[in-house]
This record gives sequence, C-alpha cells and structure tokens, in this order.
Amino acid sequence: MKRSIVCRCEDISEEDVVQAIEEGYTDIEELRKKLRIGMGPCQGRVCIQLVARILEKKTGKKVAKIQLPTVRPPLIPVSLGTLASENYEK
Amino acid sequence: MKSKADVVIIGGGVNGCSLAYRLAKKGLDVVVVEKKYLSSGATGACGAGIRQQWSTRENASLAIQSVKIFEQLSKELGQDIEFRQGGYLIAVHDEKEMKQVEKNVAMQRSLGLKVAILKPEEITDVVPILDVKGMRAIGATFCPTDGHANPFKTTFAYADAARRLGAEINTHTTVTDVKTTQKAIRAVVTDQKTIQTSVVVNAAGIYSKSIAEMVKIKLPLCPFRKEIMATERLQPLFEAMVISFRDGIYFSQQKEGQIVGGIPISEEKVGYKTMPTFAFLQYMAQTLTRYAPILKHINLLRHWTGFYDVTPDARPILGEVKEVKGFLQCNGFSGHGFMISPMVSKLLTDLIADGKTSEELENLSLERFKSKKIEKELSVVG
Repeated sequence: MKRSIVCRCEDISEEDVVQAIEEGYTDIEELRKKLRIGMGPCQGRVCIQLVARILEKKTGKKVAKIQLPTVRPPLIPVSLGTLASENYEK
Repeated sequence: MKSKADVVIIGGGVNGCSLAYRLAKKGLDVVVVEKKYLSSGATGACGAGIRQQWSTRENASLAIQSVKIFEQLSKELGQDIEFRQGGYLIAVHDEKEMKQVEKNVAMQRSLGLKVAILKPEEITDVVPILDVKGMRAIGATFCPTDGHANPFKTTFAYADAARRLGAEINTHTTVTDVKTTQKAIRAVVTDQKTIQTSVVVNAAGIYSKSIAEMVKIKLPLCPFRKEIMATERLQPLFEAMVISFRDGIYFSQQKEGQIVGGIPISEEKVGYKTMPTFAFLQYMAQTLTRYAPILKHINLLRHWTGFYDVTPDARPILGEVKEVKGFLQCNGFSGHGFMISPMVSKLLTDLIADGKTSEELENLSLERFKSKKIEKELSVVG
C-alpha cells in the first residue's frame, strides 16, 4: 500500500492522521498525543504544518485558527553531557 | 450539548474520563466539561509511572488495587493503554532513610505487596546502567509489579469507552459558574450552555480550587510547577522506573525508547506560570548522568512543565463535601493522580451510583484538614 509520510520522526502517514481525525481526535494537541507527531527530533517542524492542513481539509477549521502545539525547548537536541557541564555563562 | 444530566464532571483528565466511563457503565447520564482538550493538564504532562510503594496505608492500598485494575484495563476498554510492569527501584542513601524504608516495606508487605530490599551490589542486576557509587546508594527497594502506562492513551481509551456508553464529553468548554439551591447543587453554567444537575464532580486539577470557590468552598490546594524532560529514542536499556526521595529524581525508559524524567529545583514556584527553566535542564542532566554516566552522550529532545495540585498532606481530596450536597471532590492528587485513578474512579462511582461510602473516602475527605493530626505522605518525588 502506498503511504504518504507526514511525520518522518515517528513514521506517521497521512492515512494515519485522517483515520485519527475520523475517530474523533480533531484537536491538534490530541492528535499529537495520540500519534506522537511533533514529539520526535524535528519537534514538529516537518509535520505540524502538514497535520494542520489535513485537519483543515477534514474539519473545515482554518489553519490560521488552529492553535499550534507549544514549542518546547531546546529547539535542537542537546546531549545530557553538554547540559551537565558547569562551564556555561549564567 | 445536553442541558440536563445526572452527573457533570468538570475536567477531562484521566480521573474525569475514567469516572465518566464507570458512571456511564452504571447507566447514569454523564456530561464531562473540559476547558481545553482531553489530558491537557497534569495527566498529559505526567511521568506515566504507576507505583505501589507508599508510606501511608491509604495510598499504598489505593495503588495496589489500582494496579489490579490496570492489569486488565486494555482488555476492558478495548484499546491498548501500553501498561507494562517493569517495577520501581527506589534508591536508599543512608541508615536513617533505611529505617523509614523498613517501616514502609513492612506496611506494604502487610497489604500483600511483593517488595524486596536490595543490597548495593544487587541494584545493577535490576537496572544495569546505574552507577551505585554515583547514586550514593546504600541499598534500594524494588517492587516488580510497579510500572507504567501511557497517560494519553489511557485517558483517550476511557473517553472513547465512556462515549460508547452514552456519556457526553465536551472539550473547549469552560465552566463559568456552579449554581446551588438550599446548599445543594442545581446547575453548571458553561460558556456554551447551562446544564441542570444535582451532582458535580470537581476533577479540574489545579483549577479545582477556583471551581470550589464558585460554591464558596475553600480547598487547601496549591499549584506547584514541575518540570520534566524526554531524551531521544534508544534501544531498550532498562525496564524499571528509578527514583530517589532524597534527590527527588525519577526517570524511566518509555515504550518507544525515550528516557523521561524529572527533578525538583529551587526555582520551582507556586503559581500557574508554565515557563520551563534552564536551571532544571542543567540540574536534571547533572543528576541523571551521576546516576547513569553512560547517558551523557544521549540527546535531550524536549522539556516541559506540568503541575502538581498539592494538598498539605500530599494526599488527594475525595468525596462529597459536608457544606454542599452533591458537590464532590476528585482533586489534590499531589503528583499521583494518574497511578491511583482506577481506584479513585471506582470509589467515587460506588458513592455516586450506589450511595456506598468507604474507609478510604472517609479518610480522604476535605473534613480531615479540620482535625489537628494529619498523616503526611512522605514518599514523594519530582
């Protein structure tokens, strides 16, 4: 079967998103928590806009009106060793 | 949206949704009102752990009975909630702590729980990546039937099952007032509609305090901001949740492979602000790599805040209040709401549907704060 990948970090396809919306998960935060979109290393940079588009297509809710998930720090992955080092400027 | 219901539950977290499911199963007409989306509060931010090793008998007993429900919950709800029992390893750092641990373990064993007290050299048999010296541990306790479940999936599974049984769940709906007549609940006013009802369950997490104020009840609740982090996904390294009451740290590897954990920091403030701090990242990374040095090469991906709704004795407030008939509390979980939710919803269902009260509900009522002696839960992390 052909799959259009929406979220590369978590291997989620357009079909997966559509199915979840049809099951009643029409809030982008609920979709995120159900499918883990935006929880991988890219932090949603690749997938969230696409998911918002699909959500607009399915529910009619305009992308501009969809509240996007909170951006969570750090913006790029940082190693625990780096974070634990004491040599940082306060 | 309905304009009449047997029970209105305020709050769509794991406790609100599991209660909706159980009440609907009893044939009651239930409406849930949630300000944001399901699991948007403490449930969705939590560490996913399920622990039975407590210092107070009520918490231990609630947790033990909850685990029995968790064990068959995926089957009961028809959805996988990813429950797994990898155990909880609790580090013990000195003789004084060991004395308290021995007392706790004796009480837990009297309730039928299997708990082992481990020697230092046995710790890495359970969690191989730990550095016992770095942890400064003189021993540990281990309960193999403690574990994890996915808090989102659990909440969604409860909500789906509740809907199938006829419950109505309204998200993005805010409660603006709770009406009473002659000290009894009459209606819940929301920004969408007013719902006539005689029973309201206040399961609104940190906002439970303001809900109670609508009927002039004062709850001794304090919102504590907590922080938590997740690393990138890794191969399975260990199954247990590792915690320390002294260091306050907790961490475990989730099903997908990421390590999730938290630790309290001094910047932690009472209040509703959700800003994550750099101080947390540094302190968490330092302590985590002290416990498990091998993790220093692992990337941290995300870090977020959540809230504990803390009571003076770190135990929940449950059941009907004396002053207003039909006004029930289901809050004040102090960071442990997810793990005891199966039993909490069962006890409240017994009360609402069958009028049956229990020793646990009596001991956890709001009334207890009026007496001078309250027994504080000591086994708190994060």
